[in-house]
Amino acid sequence: MSSADITSERDLRPEREASAKGDITPERDGPRDTGLDDASLHRWLARTWRTPPGIIGALSSVDHKVIARRYLITAFLFLCLGGLNAVVMRIQLSGPRRGLIGPDLYNQLFTMHGVTMMFLFAVPIVQATGIYLVPLMVGTRNIAFPRLNAFSYWVYVSGGLFAWVSFALSMAPDVGWFAYVPLSGPEYAPGKRADVWAQMITYTEVSSLAVAVATIVTVFKHRAPGMSLDKIPLYVWALLVTSFVVVFAMPAVMVTSTFLILDRLVGTHIFNPAEGGDALLFQHLFWFFGHPEVYIIFLPATGMVSAIIPAFARRPAFGHLGLVLSLIAVGFLSFGLWVHHMFATGLPKLGASFFTASSMMIAIPNGVQIFCWLATLWDGRPVIRTPLLFVLGFFFIFVIGGLTGVMLASVPLDLQVHDTYFVVAHFHYVLIGGSVFPLLGAAYFWFPKITGRMMSERLGRWHFWLAMVGFNAAFFPMHIVGLWGMPRRVYTYPAELGWGNINFFISAGAVLFFLSFVLFAFNLVHSALRGAPAGNNPWDAGTLEWATSSPPPSYNFARIPIVTNVEPLWAQREALPVATGLRVDVRELVVSTVAEAHPDIREKSATPSIWPLLAAIAVGGTFLYSIFTPWAIVWGAAPIAITLIGWFWPKGDPEDEE
Amino acid sequence: MNQRPAMDLSALPTFGHGPRSPTWWGTLGFMALEGTGFALAAGAYLYLATLWPNWRLSAPQPNHWPGTIVTLLLIASLIPNHILNGYAKQCAIGPVRIGMVVMSLLGIAPLVVRWFEFPALNIYWDTNAYGSMLWVLLGLHTTHLITDVGDTIVLTVLMFTHHGYSGRRFGDVGDNVFYWDFVVLTWIPIYLLIYWLPRLG
Repeated sequence: MSSADITSERDLRPEREASAKGDITPERDGPRDTGLDDASLHRWLARTWRTPPGIIGALSSVDHKVIARRYLITAFLFLCLGGLNAVVMRIQLSGPRRGLIGPDLYNQLFTMHGVTMMFLFAVPIVQATGIYLVPLMVGTRNIAFPRLNAFSYWVYVSGGLFAWVSFALSMAPDVGWFAYVPLSGPEYAPGKRADVWAQMITYTEVSSLAVAVATIVTVFKHRAPGMSLDKIPLYVWALLVTSFVVVFAMPAVMVTSTFLILDRLVGTHIFNPAEGGDALLFQHLFWFFGHPEVYIIFLPATGMVSAIIPAFARRPAFGHLGLVLSLIAVGFLSFGLWVHHMFATGLPKLGASFFTASSMMIAIPNGVQIFCWLATLWDGRPVIRTPLLFVLGFFFIFVIGGLTGVMLASVPLDLQVHDTYFVVAHFHYVLIGGSVFPLLGAAYFWFPKITGRMMSERLGRWHFWLAMVGFNAAFFPMHIVGLWGMPRRVYTYPAELGWGNINFFISAGAVLFFLSFVLFAFNLVHSALRGAPAGNNPWDAGTLEWATSSPPPSYNFARIPIVTNVEPLWAQREALPVATGLRVDVRELVVSTVAEAHPDIREKSATPSIWPLLAAIAVGGTFLYSIFTPWAIVWGAAPIAITLIGWFWPKGDPEDEE
Repeated sequence: MNQRPAMDLSALPTFGHGPRSPTWWGTLGFMALEGTGFALAAGAYLYLATLWPNWRLSAPQPNHWPGTIVTLLLIASLIPNHILNGYAKQCAIGPVRIGMVVMSLLGIAPLVVRWFEFPALNIYWDTNAYGSMLWVLLGLHTTHLITDVGDTIVLTVLMFTHHGYSGRRFGDVGDNVFYWDFVVLTWIPIYLLIYWLPRLG
């Protein structure tokens, strides 16, 4: 043991005796990182920032990386469940008049498939990736409002369990993922299935709204000194814009589902045309959320592409400003498109024309992004590795989906193919091409950071080609069968229509696509256990998450980096400039100004707490109970209030007091 | 990766008020999403009101007096609210404690009058869609009011404990002031929609 170690061990005496009276000035001071050698700095920070041991400790964790890992694994499990739904449906549809499943189960299957993929997989997984990466990329030690972040995870899990336990009890929603009234209203949907839809929405939206606020504040206030707006990484910009879209879009679906449950539970008439309500109001409210939802899923994926391409093209992204402005433009325009989901409802012609124009307009900023990426690749020296392969696959698939999108934006064509498999093909090209392929690329790209090990490149290439062939075999023919007139959401079809062979082909493609995920899952597990060690920066990328070890320590950075360039690690290859002067005995991090990121405050970050879990149980129990009686809100208020007070009441940690 | 100390942060303060603090931005974020919810509920009401030519659907006019009293109480409460904000910025514990008690009482008072607002709507939620929307709008704002008053009372109690005299708590008081402004502000359009829009038709 070196002499430095002995000195620092002596420094580690408990410093946390609660003061009788909180002080404002002068601050009760503690040891700072200034001048500490690396080994003792690590020991101090590791002790201060660790997640406590044991089960209670694990359940109390507020480390953004721990929460994000849980989110990622849970969302992946829901992806598998939603995928299995799809496989069962495809087996049923692989030939005419197959008797594997009946119409009732089929209705539940396609509803659960949509609900799971949209609310339990796509949105949570892109937000989870942000929870993991945004604090690292902006050079801070934890996400803003870490306990809120933990709370969001528990609410999300309870919402997912609620939906899937309902499915196991044959009580799953069977009204489609958008649950239109009057089908989902009190008259046509007796029982609790539509209520399960409505409350599952509430759980997941509470969770993603909480994450969105935490992400916005992290990006605004916790950026490393020097990371002015023009030096924010593109991925972080994408998550920032997405979070704003969440904040303004998700309340719409909460309003929709609340109105629906009020109509069903206490007899209001909001969607009942017989008593002065209106059924189309449901569609307006739902799609005011539903269209931005597409971009909530897509924008983070574009951020991933903007992170992967520069790393493998070996040059900074071409048109950084153009890419940022495109993100913002897409964010705004995404709120002006919702009516194009309602062209078949007999809207006034002028309105339809307006929404056709705005639907075509959003192709412009998206096109700008694609051209910037192509220019980056063109001008760089691309190294083709698995993450880049998936990005190239994204170009191919997403552009096809974008083209059928432009087709569908025209009202006459939309009316012809409305509710056919053409639409199913279009949105799977957009969603899987636009979001899942970049996500898979991102998984290969950031897996080494999260686990410290590389994923197998050979299996990765097999995975890519299997996914590429399987996806296109499954979904491209759907365009054709849709143009032939096959409607979506039918559990079978007669042989005379001649759709049997093409559906068999589609099902074979779907199985192949599913197998590609089995291979991916194997690669994930195998590489996590046996992969080659990754080192800090296996791709020689330029953003801050690669400046720390893989996996990062609980405190992310031993010293907060100072940012001078949009790709800081490429600009400062010799030594990274860092800031000193933070306390090491409490969870201290830097709060900076919004535009220039001048360091402004040394703020304390929240300590681990079990209360967010208890609050989530109280909130989740109230939501669950509320599908049976409106009094649940009254009875649930007390436990919710108690757990929230427990959450916010200071426990005497120095973190609570400054 | 090698590191090169280039900046010393040890002289920075440990708390800040208003937009300097992350909590202020978090509060703003929640205001934005709650405000969106209110705007959409109001939009739904206006959508239905313009859809049906005989809106109010033959229901009697609501009695606006309880609502008007709530409005006046809420507007009057803004003055002590902002005086409290000034004391919170100066970290003056005595006046802040008094101010928090005053604001708790000024939060409970409109809630008491609110009790009489529901019957004054002169319609039930299940009579027709007009009644449903009135109850929804009033219910939304009441939930808002109850949560913020609850929060204010807890913070008031906290300010009387030994945890009260700390920079972070004074920041919390500032954010509570900020949020109360929002509660008052959201009420004005809802008040006009509930009580005065039906009088136009």
